[in-house]
Amino acid sequence: MPLTSKHLLGLHGVPREDIQMILDTATTFREVLDRPIKKVPTLKGKTIVNLFFENSTRTRISFELAQKRLTADTINFSTSTSATKKGETFKDTVRNIEAMKVDMIVVRHQSAGVPQFLTRISDANIINAGDGRHEHPTQALLDMYSIREKLGKLEGLKVCIVGDVAHSRVALSNIYGLQAMGAQVSVCGPATLIPWQIEKLGVKVYHNIDKAIKESDVLNVLRIQLERDAGVSIPSTREYHKYFGVTKKRIDNFNKDILILHPGPINRGVEITSEVADGPYQVILNQVTNGVAVRMSVLYLLGTMNTNNLR
Amino acid sequence: MQIVLKGITLVNPAQNINEAKDLLIKDGVIEKVGDILEEELKESKVYDFSGKYCVPGLYDMHVHLREPGKEHAETVETGCDSAAAGGFTGVAAMPNTSPCTDSAEVIRFIIEKAKDHLVDVNPIGAVTVGRKGEALAPIAEMVEAGAVGFSDDGTVVKTAAVLRSALEYSSMYDAPIIEHCEDESLAGGAMNESFVSTQLGLPSIPTVAEDLIVMRDIIMTEYAGGRVHIAHISSKQSVEFVREAKKKGIKVTAEVTPHHFTLTDECCKTYDPNFKMNPPLRSKEDVDAMIEGLKDGTIDCIASDHAPHASEDKEVEFVYSPNGIIGLETQLGLAVSELLHKKHLTFEQLVEKLSINPRKILNLPVPKFEAGEKANLTIIDTDVVWTADKSEFKSISKNSPFDKRLMTGKSLATINNNKMFFEGEFREI
Repeated sequence: MPLTSKHLLGLHGVPREDIQMILDTATTFREVLDRPIKKVPTLKGKTIVNLFFENSTRTRISFELAQKRLTADTINFSTSTSATKKGETFKDTVRNIEAMKVDMIVVRHQSAGVPQFLTRISDANIINAGDGRHEHPTQALLDMYSIREKLGKLEGLKVCIVGDVAHSRVALSNIYGLQAMGAQVSVCGPATLIPWQIEKLGVKVYHNIDKAIKESDVLNVLRIQLERDAGVSIPSTREYHKYFGVTKKRIDNFNKDILILHPGPINRGVEITSEVADGPYQVILNQVTNGVAVRMSVLYLLGTMNTNNLR
Repeated sequence: MQIVLKGITLVNPAQNINEAKDLLIKDGVIEKVGDILEEELKESKVYDFSGKYCVPGLYDMHVHLREPGKEHAETVETGCDSAAAGGFTGVAAMPNTSPCTDSAEVIRFIIEKAKDHLVDVNPIGAVTVGRKGEALAPIAEMVEAGAVGFSDDGTVVKTAAVLRSALEYSSMYDAPIIEHCEDESLAGGAMNESFVSTQLGLPSIPTVAEDLIVMRDIIMTEYAGGRVHIAHISSKQSVEFVREAKKKGIKVTAEVTPHHFTLTDECCKTYDPNFKMNPPLRSKEDVDAMIEGLKDGTIDCIASDHAPHASEDKEVEFVYSPNGIIGLETQLGLAVSELLHKKHLTFEQLVEKLSINPRKILNLPVPKFEAGEKANLTIIDTDVVWTADKSEFKSISKNSPFDKRLMTGKSLATINNNKMFFEGEFREI
């Protein structure tokens, strides 16, 4: 059964069956990554452009690796080499690239909504690799994959997203995806880092990290964006760490197993201590490995689907 | 040459007129109201507008004509063409041009550009030099050159001290200070702050950014004198502040745009930059408050905030897209559809909001239907159903969220300065 959309713009409104299929298919590809020859010919002859209008190391490499493992032809376009520096509009850039006959576009952009914008000017499959503070669906999918891999399920789990939720593109995707899979999602952080009226999404809001730890099965710890927040949204990273940092002591207080995720890059000693980031409960590097498998799954499912009868 | 407008109903609340009478116009001046003789009909070109309304020419007190500076988006001439097509015989041109309209020279330049047009253009001068919020612009000289009001539109008058000076100084000429009410420290977002902005991940502007400045301006006007006009009001709380201020007799007036009484921030869900403007589209509650404010007179007039942008500038990523939409050619249709036909306003009230009140705010004479008066009028069909089509707009720019929208009511003809716009073209009369 194919996915219900030819694009992956976000996880908002994506049906549970689609998410299930992406995660199940990712399991197959995860196994490929452990083989001596980590390559399958699934997308041979397909051309994929990675359009990165914002700096990204791990997401771009993860996508590129996923594409190479699937034997697709890959082109990278990033702002440092782009025509936009020469004054060309975004629309012209995309139309020019598309005129070279590409099948799929993976896009990362500072402005929310750019993936939707792309669907109006291009016929390619569009995959959102992060748009503004809106969505980052493949990150949420790999988070869900990693939780499921470790805990065997998603249904009924209590997952708390901790930190700079307001400026995060990971939070919304996780909320939508996890809720679709039957998990209960909460957020925890200082009031200035929690988006306006987020409780309307059916999300519980904590301002007390200890309470959040006590009541959760999984913590997804977000990066505090040092350059952006200190002084405006929070008084200092020191104060943030004191009241919201995820530490071994705080976890040990409750004498329980709790799974720790972090989408990276980590600010050690700010949102999380090294003891926790390297400790027994975390799956942070598994997330990175699983990211390649999940992205292979998404590329495969979108790249091989019959594009008739799609919404 | 002379023409007769036949079968019309004259509606002019300023004269307390609402009656079916024909008009005889000769060389651009009203020769006769009613009782037109057979021989006069024979000598005239007769336009049969049976069953249609004839009102004092509509006036839009908030448009951006982009000249000088951005002539690829609009010029004085094309902006006036757009106004005439939309039913407007006069517009006030905002000063955020390049160079800024902060001197008598630029005021005169704009007036000169418009001098042969059907549409009257009354420039608004900048309050401060370069709209920078520091030193007062030469207000007296600009008044002498023809400026009818002052505004740093696009930005707020930055400090209370400068606002105070501007109000005191402009009060000598009874010219309003027209305020773009937005606290700068809360500005910079791409849409209204709401649950929708959380869902869309877009940086947002809270309604309090507007409310704070509306309140500041009301307090300052009460203290310093002068008159303040709140441009493009959009928040429920701001309307409430204006309502209370008016009750206290403070000299404050307000305008609302058609998009702020028609659309909500839900429209941003498409990420179509044509829904990006400042102030941003607000919630349903705010939209309802705009209509309530229009009904009880808190909001004096309707203005388009016509803001042309070339497609290469506007059709970009939502966050980077410049604020604003064109509106001159959809304004009347939206007002009639959303306010008259939904029974929020009577036709007389609509004429007050679209013609009489904006002129009063700017101290401009209201056209009269009397022999000897200049013919300055708009013929309106309130029942014609039509679909907006941006390819037919006279404006150079096409940045409208109302393209393909079905509306009821439109202008059939405009007459002013001895010219007529009818059936899509200008003609001498």
